Amino acid sequence: MEPRNRLPIWGAAAIVIVTLIAAFVFLPGLHKSAPKDTQVADQFPNDQFPSTYKPLPSKPTLIRGATVLTATDKEIAHGDVLMENGKIAAVGTNIAAPAGAVVVDGKGKFVTPGIIDIHSHLGVYPSPSNEATSDGNEATRPTTPDVRSENSVWPQDPGFDRALAGGVTAMEILPGSANLIGGRSVVLKNVPAITTQAMKFPGAPYDLKMACGENPKRVYENKGGPSTLMGDVAGYREAFEKAREYREKWRKYWKAKKAGSEADEPDRDIGLETLALVLDRKIPVQMHCYRSDQMATMIDVSKEFGFRIAAFHHAVEAYKIADLLKKNDICAVMWADWWGFKMEAYDAIPENIAMVDHAGACAMIHSDDPIGIQRLNQEVAKAMLSGRRMGYDIPRAHAVEWMTRNPAKALGILDKTGTLEKGKMADVVLWDGDPFSVYTHAEKVFIDGALLYDRDNPKLSPRSDFELGQEDNANTGGAGQ
Amino acid sequence: MKMTLLLAGVCALALSTTVLAQPVAAPTTPAAAPTTPSVPSILIRHGRVFTLAAQGTINGDVLIQSGKIVQVGPNLTVPPGATVIDAHGNAVTPGLMASWTQLGIEEVQLVSETNDTAPNQALDSAAFDVADALNPSSTLIPVARIAGVTRSLTAPADCGDVFCGTAAVIHLGNGPDLIVKKQAGVLVELEPNGGEHQANSRPDIWVKFRETLDDAREYWSQRAGYHRPGGARDQRSNRIDLDALGPVIQGQEPLIVHVERASTIRQILAYTQANKIKLIVAGGGEAWQVAKELAAAHVPVVLDNDNNLPASFSDLGATLKDAARLDAAGVTVAFQPQNDNPAHYARTLSQIAGNAVANGMPWDHALAAITRNPAQIWGIADSYGTLEAGKDADVVIWDGDPLNLAAPTAVFIKGANIPLVSRQTKLRDRYRDLNDKKMPFAYR
Repeated sequence: MEPRNRLPIWGAAAIVIVTLIAAFVFLPGLHKSAPKDTQVADQFPNDQFPSTYKPLPSKPTLIRGATVLTATDKEIAHGDVLMENGKIAAVGTNIAAPAGAVVVDGKGKFVTPGIIDIHSHLGVYPSPSNEATSDGNEATRPTTPDVRSENSVWPQDPGFDRALAGGVTAMEILPGSANLIGGRSVVLKNVPAITTQAMKFPGAPYDLKMACGENPKRVYENKGGPSTLMGDVAGYREAFEKAREYREKWRKYWKAKKAGSEADEPDRDIGLETLALVLDRKIPVQMHCYRSDQMATMIDVSKEFGFRIAAFHHAVEAYKIADLLKKNDICAVMWADWWGFKMEAYDAIPENIAMVDHAGACAMIHSDDPIGIQRLNQEVAKAMLSGRRMGYDIPRAHAVEWMTRNPAKALGILDKTGTLEKGKMADVVLWDGDPFSVYTHAEKVFIDGALLYDRDNPKLSPRSDFELGQEDNANTGGAGQ
Repeated sequence: MKMTLLLAGVCALALSTTVLAQPVAAPTTPAAAPTTPSVPSILIRHGRVFTLAAQGTINGDVLIQSGKIVQVGPNLTVPPGATVIDAHGNAVTPGLMASWTQLGIEEVQLVSETNDTAPNQALDSAAFDVADALNPSSTLIPVARIAGVTRSLTAPADCGDVFCGTAAVIHLGNGPDLIVKKQAGVLVELEPNGGEHQANSRPDIWVKFRETLDDAREYWSQRAGYHRPGGARDQRSNRIDLDALGPVIQGQEPLIVHVERASTIRQILAYTQANKIKLIVAGGGEAWQVAKELAAAHVPVVLDNDNNLPASFSDLGATLKDAARLDAAGVTVAFQPQNDNPAHYARTLSQIAGNAVANGMPWDHALAAITRNPAQIWGIADSYGTLEAGKDADVVIWDGDPLNLAAPTAVFIKGANIPLVSRQTKLRDRYRDLNDKKMPFAYR
């Protein structure tokens, strides 16, 4: 994925060009800092812990005669969805079933893309929650770009199974928000597995989790700081300035090496390496930020250093700056109705998602919660209804995008999943009714075309090792408890 | 309260048997005036009225006078001067009651100055009384009531010790006095929760629990002599805490016991039965495993039924079918809104009931679990919980199925028509048009 193999193609001539450009660059006053116009692309490694995910076996499956919400602003009555070879093969009406295909009667039912929760701590704050399982915050230093949530994920968290029963097919697992820079997040497919690598969404970019506001200063006020919001911001800037210097060191080294000069390899710093990739815009930032003023500040910080904020998470005041978010192409990740648990959540309103969406910005739901993740369809329903009650016309065909298409966009995987379009991964949910009703259940959940949860078939209700053999709990546990 | 009820009952009788053109005057006795301010009569017409009373569910009307429901039935005559509200066939239910919230005693959970939800953790305290902190101006109250929640059993939060304090029933209508019933129960925490001062093993917790109640019995057996030298032995608890436990050991005021594990539920059930203490199980993640015994002992369960994860080793058996199984076994069930922050999320109460329906509880039972059942459990069934003559007029008209994410179009609490306004609706209205920037938002 990284362009590190490009250089040999350039051949010897490139070296001359690079040298000429380098000479130009170093003329005083003509250029401020090491730029993209060197011919040596950054070579920071970015593929540790590679995904070993393989789609599970699937049969060609045609869901016939359902109400299909494609998450492309389209509702198809009596619609069909055909899945073949793990991909969506066709979406429409009157699709013929290929020979040997499983045909599912969708009458009275609904089909949506699989739900994507962009903000979850499943696996890093698993159930049961105790001192042995609390792995979501490396709260020993306020800046920990060197850590990765994927190294904390416990794949046996029963919460994954419960989320599957709620129609969740993918999620981003983030470090917590104790730290200014909390570490890398990871995108997982919600498949039962015994290693995290086997859940990793193939081709999904990493993200960097950062946090604004109260949490870091609460954690560090008596541990050397930051203890104020201004201390928070100074902390981000200091970290990225170090990363810029670090990147410069490596760029000089790579250039020298390319030119055949003697050069000492700089010491590797795992955390600064991640931040350098953030500066290179290969790792976007997922930014925990509640208040409108804090979000505006972070937009400025991102511009100062050139990194990209993909989304503001828990953006309870996004409705106050929806226009600013739209202008800067930054998504807002919101709850339907959480509020008031801390000061920076005091101005949350249930119309937040609808108002951000109405302003033309990118809006979506998230759970941040192992209970909430099981019913994100209901959370979207509440947000949709709140918007309608203030007079907005919000068809369910649009609202469904708040839990499918838009999180896929903010995670950089919209080319692979998030909508029901030909060629995409067949991450699909069949609901036994309108997904925006509390009485509706996810009936069948497909990931890459494989049927991994079936409410009507106890054998297709995965149960984590933890829930196996727990005394007296024969009637609980697993996905379909 | 009984007097008022009697009076209202007489009114209802009069209305149903005499000519309606001359509506019965609101009770204007000086005694009634301060608690039930005089309001004009209100007739809600054309509702799908879920009375939760003997009358069942009818297409009809609800007549409200002087804060009380005076008549429920089809085609009621409009009293002169009455405000008529057309429900257009929509659902009309009693106002909802959330059980075990901190409504009125906290504003922002993590801002300690606004958080009066638990005793100082240095000491457990039965005397810690939520009634001493109730704030009728809390912004949480309008947020909850415009979602149809009109009553709360406001109790301390889990306190990190054994005795967490005394609860009260409040209404969410016009203040300043929100108290419906004081001393509605004493909250006890029996699950080891890692609290700073709570012993972290179950036998330790039980030692503390039994010792305190033993002290209370001894204290109450010689209360008059308590202050005489040698009149009573030194007790671990403070006198004021032992005073607060009097109605508990006398079987009048319930113990609200937060407990999740089935074995601990059995244990507290045995203890309270042996000692003739009224028990209300709160939490109850594994209560379904003890459903028969709870039903036989008439012990109700208050729970957030959405909790279906083995959040700890105490609730490995948590399931979305908890409420349905308890209900089927004959246990009286009431719902707590989202239990990690039930005050702010009181508005999720009806959703939690709807989810219980989705997981096997009959619809009308789930509605009862947020109206009639809590009224019974918390001892206010004489004045609230159903739509029938004589009850306080806590009435909600909904824009859809009240258990399926509907919102109220009108809310009455003790007969007062509550404006559907909260701090949040004002924020919404202030920022609804971001393009109009002639003046800062602060001027809107």
